[in-house]
Amino acid sequence: MIPDPAASAAGAPVVEIRGVDKTFATTSGGVTALKGIDLTIRAGEFVSLIGPSGCGKSTLLRIIGDLTGPTAGDVLVNGKPPHRARLDRDYGMVFQAPVLMDWRTVSRNVELPLEVMRYGKADRQARSKRLLDLVELGEFGDRYPWQLSGGMQQRVAIARAFAFDPALILMDEPFGALDEMTRERMNLELMRIWRETETIVFVTHSIPEAVFLSTRVVVMSPRPGRVNRVVDVDLPQPRTFETREARRYFELVTEVREALRGFEEAAVVDEAADARIRAEGIA
Amino acid sequence: MTSSAVASVLPPGLLAPAGGWSRRHPLLRQSILLGGVVVLVAFAWEGAKWLAGDPWRIAIGGFSYTHTPPFSVRIASDISLPHIWTIVGTLFEPVPAGPPLWIFLTGAAFYTLRTAFVGFAAGALLGLGLGIVFVHSRFLERALVPWVVGSQTVPIIAIAPIVVVALGANWISVAVVATYLTFFPVAIASIRGLRAYDPRAGELMRSYAASTAQVLWKLRLPASVPYLFSALRVAAAASVIGTIVGELPSGIPEGLGRAVLNFTQYYVTAPERLWATVASCAMTGLVFVGLVRFAEALLTRGRYRPAAI
Repeated sequence: MIPDPAASAAGAPVVEIRGVDKTFATTSGGVTALKGIDLTIRAGEFVSLIGPSGCGKSTLLRIIGDLTGPTAGDVLVNGKPPHRARLDRDYGMVFQAPVLMDWRTVSRNVELPLEVMRYGKADRQARSKRLLDLVELGEFGDRYPWQLSGGMQQRVAIARAFAFDPALILMDEPFGALDEMTRERMNLELMRIWRETETIVFVTHSIPEAVFLSTRVVVMSPRPGRVNRVVDVDLPQPRTFETREARRYFELVTEVREALRGFEEAAVVDEAADARIRAEGIA
Repeated sequence: MTSSAVASVLPPGLLAPAGGWSRRHPLLRQSILLGGVVVLVAFAWEGAKWLAGDPWRIAIGGFSYTHTPPFSVRIASDISLPHIWTIVGTLFEPVPAGPPLWIFLTGAAFYTLRTAFVGFAAGALLGLGLGIVFVHSRFLERALVPWVVGSQTVPIIAIAPIVVVALGANWISVAVVATYLTFFPVAIASIRGLRAYDPRAGELMRSYAASTAQVLWKLRLPASVPYLFSALRVAAAASVIGTIVGELPSGIPEGLGRAVLNFTQYYVTAPERLWATVASCAMTGLVFVGLVRFAEALLTRGRYRPAAI
């Protein structure tokens, strides 16, 4: 692997994963979702986890975010166990669905984490205003979520995750439910608001999305979930509309695609295991 | 929420294709529907009497005609089913040594409604409190929920005298009887509603390291509102019934319970008075349910439109 100038310029480790295994108990025995994961993510990086269903990418994200624990191995976030990091409010989360509270207006949805963290009212409103302006929803603060389109709702969810300047933002297929055109626009938008002060871990199914957004793409393989390959994305920052037309972009897309193909053909698809994993809600 | 308030927060065109005048005036539409049903019921009622009731004389001006129904069925007789105009007419006749019946019944309805409201409020708080306890403690839920359910298998008619004897023949013991009927639907709906939030919203709150109290206030309670209000509407109607049943053994003279008791005794000679009282009881319940629905509409403005009843 070529040393990435961006990575060496990046700061201290934010996420350190050492030898992490994850096994889910099911009625028909254990299913190994992750096996021997080692990964370090540094401050200011945008790391995508990509792989087919059942490769454990979402599970890995949930382990980092302390929504579930590893069966074996160590995880440190900002040098602390994930549990401690969560209590220190180090995480901003975005899921595939916006998960907005339908009884709160858009701006009050963005204020929700700030309320929980006991920010003052003026500060809450100022932050909510700034972030809604940033995701170009400044005029929609008084609306209710149902009055917004799916893409707009997801922008609110992103504003909410950035609202309290968390050290680490975890995104689990945030644009997976959007159509291709909205998705590309959202990718551009995300690049615009990501100021390289946040560190982002991003789970996706989409190769172009991963290459466009990331400083590094972690390609995972299924059954059991492993890190197959790490591709450094040396595209210049900031990423813009032109990035998608650069020759290097296509080369990297091809590189990630080939890394994915290596095991796609080799792996015997264990449909039953896949279904079990989905049933556990970890696919 | 008024339709114009909705329109002002919506992008233009979102409401416009939704329908004609009846959608723009939901209150008017509702009134017309309700009125239509009343007219239909009145037609069926008097139609049954026309076919199978007792003979009656119709006199308008100089014109006079005695109608003799072709059949005779007991449930359509004047004792079982008085004419609607007899029931309405009796409202304007004075009760023995008192005001006209409608004034007496309105006073009784307000008295009963006040007691019912206290019982309802206490029952709602008790039910919600139990729900909050149960969703936070599986142990208490398992230990106590069967008792909560069991409480409702005892007939209220048996509970009422016990409560009245224990707490005295006053409106407070009557309110306790109403509470006994109202806490149950609210408790059951709270257990369900307080768990009805989106699990991913729960994970979001977890990622914010929110306290149990914050999860309750900012997630569980707001998410339970639709469930809670469905139960509160049931509870509002039940609290009126509980109050009337509680008034029976208490000897309280002011409420609808006493009116029911009185007019039952004179049913054979004046059935229309009991019918008028029954209508008052129904109206009282409807008014209360309507108030609960209004409160729901106020509380959930912009979020969803409450179910019809």
